[in-house]
Amino acid sequence: MADIQLNNVTKNYGKLEVVHGINLDIEHNEFVVLVGPSGCGKSTTLRMIAGLEEITGGEISIGGRVVNDLAPRKRDISMVFQNYALYPHMTVRENLGFGLKIAKQSKDIIEQRVNEAAAILSIEDLMDRTPAELSGGQRQRVAMGRAIVRHPQVFLFDEPLSNLDAKLRVQMRTEIKRLHQKVKTTIVYVTHDQVEAMTLADRIVVMKDGHIVQVGAPLDVFERPVDTFVASFIGSPPMNLIPGEIALQDGRLHVVFQAENTMPVPRDLADKVVEGQKVIFGFRADDMMPKAHSLPILGEAYDLRLAVDIAEPLGTETLLFSTFSGADIQTKMFNPRRVEPGEVMDFNCALDKTHLFDAQTGKSLRG
Amino acid sequence: MSSDHIQPRRKRSRDWTPALLLSPAFLVLIFVVLVPLLFSLYTSFTNYRLIRPETLYDWIGIRNYQRIFSDKHFWSAFGRTIVFLTIALNLEFILGLGIALLINRITWGQRTLRTIMMFPMMFSPILVGYQFKFIFNDNIGILNNALQDLGLSDGAIAWLVDKPLGMFTIIFAEVWMSTSVFAILLLAGLFAMPRDPLEAAKVDGCNPWQVFRHITLPFLMPFAFIAMTIRSLDVARAYDIVDVMTGGGPAGRTELLWTMIARVGYDNSRMGQANAMAYVSIMLSIAFTYYFFTKLIAARKYMGGAE
Repeated sequence: MADIQLNNVTKNYGKLEVVHGINLDIEHNEFVVLVGPSGCGKSTTLRMIAGLEEITGGEISIGGRVVNDLAPRKRDISMVFQNYALYPHMTVRENLGFGLKIAKQSKDIIEQRVNEAAAILSIEDLMDRTPAELSGGQRQRVAMGRAIVRHPQVFLFDEPLSNLDAKLRVQMRTEIKRLHQKVKTTIVYVTHDQVEAMTLADRIVVMKDGHIVQVGAPLDVFERPVDTFVASFIGSPPMNLIPGEIALQDGRLHVVFQAENTMPVPRDLADKVVEGQKVIFGFRADDMMPKAHSLPILGEAYDLRLAVDIAEPLGTETLLFSTFSGADIQTKMFNPRRVEPGEVMDFNCALDKTHLFDAQTGKSLRG
Repeated sequence: MSSDHIQPRRKRSRDWTPALLLSPAFLVLIFVVLVPLLFSLYTSFTNYRLIRPETLYDWIGIRNYQRIFSDKHFWSAFGRTIVFLTIALNLEFILGLGIALLINRITWGQRTLRTIMMFPMMFSPILVGYQFKFIFNDNIGILNNALQDLGLSDGAIAWLVDKPLGMFTIIFAEVWMSTSVFAILLLAGLFAMPRDPLEAAKVDGCNPWQVFRHITLPFLMPFAFIAMTIRSLDVARAYDIVDVMTGGGPAGRTELLWTMIARVGYDNSRMGQANAMAYVSIMLSIAFTYYFFTKLIAARKYMGGAE
């Protein structure tokens, strides 16, 4: 069993604190993705779990054992690095077997495990090449193979796909997911790419400025972001966010935007806001679509007219760009037809799926 | 019409231009390297003596070579040169590696220390030789003085005279002067070293010694072999330090190839024989260079640097 606990973990570089008291419980065999913009402390956190960075404060335990003062080699982990970090002077076979050789395993076991890993990653043909003779994707596979052969308690991935081209990245992403299903192990995976986070994770940990902002299953984080940062970071295109103020109109609370546009407050949020409160109204592109080009709307729908400035056809859907009360917003159109620039269209807004955030704190009012 | 006149001239000048532009380089190479080389090769087959120029035409075939190959003094100088080379290079490599690893760990004042480390290379080998000659002098040397004051020795140790000690002091001076060549090249290697494989090795279960043994050292070996190639040429032609400190003596105990060649050529003025020895010495240097280059290419191949 290898669960990982982070208790109030901090990291300082000199006087500068870069990770501020992180608490996180990772369960056995769970695939957890740490995601956030660069400089948010996600890689530092991973390297503290690996033992490559010292822990300034707090406690990290792996499989119930506090590892704060343990060298990386005693933590029973393996790690895949962004730059693959293969040993340049060894062949692929030697690279894979190196950890086992150091652990003084018998030749038979080394060969068996190396072949097993090579089969899982289909790199049998590359075994006698050196890393210099491999392509980026092949190196990445070898790096993962090197992590697999040792049968560690925990896999750590540090932005493993960011050096690959777009197509290969998608392919390797699927392979990593498949790998996790084959080799059941706890995985902690760091990325700045929210698509990777969404697709791979059992649970996403969104980080910003050395804090954990939100932890949850991908869909939870997508549907119920705790604040405007998560709302705009997770999901593509990012959530549309428009500042406004709460006012009573026709007996119902509305958000009033610039230029006197309004939008009713969703019913389940009516008791969370008061008149005069400054808020940020948020909705995803999928929740505002032209009539006859939308998905069926669950719950209350709200109609409005919008001029479309730019249309970007993607095939199954078209992205529409408009201006709404001074904010640039993106909406989507299914079963697309040709849209003229400046065309005014009737939209349906899935009101129950919209969000309200406090304008000052940025926190979601859904609580 | 005018173009008809210009055309052939242009054509001719184009043909000759490369040769013309290269000729200074070729002339320099011919007169500075090739002619002296062939001349000395020729003289090694003559009975040429500096004080009797007419002997330059006294062709004696391979007799000079026969003479030196059957001379046991030559062979001991030859052997001593190899021993000197091997011990000095290995010591300089090990010490240089140690210094480079230590300096690489320093975060504050590293530049200053790097500069200080280079100081020994700033002195002329002759002066270094004199310095150590006086340090190791048996009567007035500071070393014997210190040993006696500390009560570690009651008599004067003849550092420059005794059989193993003479060689030891020369190696000591050589190592003192040139370890920084290894240190600076290996330090450059350490700077160029990627950090990721080191971290991967740590995670893979290596203790610090194993990381050094399996990752750092293989990475540094190309740099070490470059240093070895350069230094093997340097050390194989060692003359100045030895001449100043012991003059190859006493009784030939510290005689190396080049001190012997210089003595035979200039003191005994048997230039023909000296040139024969010099050619043997050059063969030795070529052998060492070839050996280290082979090692270098083998080491670089794995790093993805060569080809």
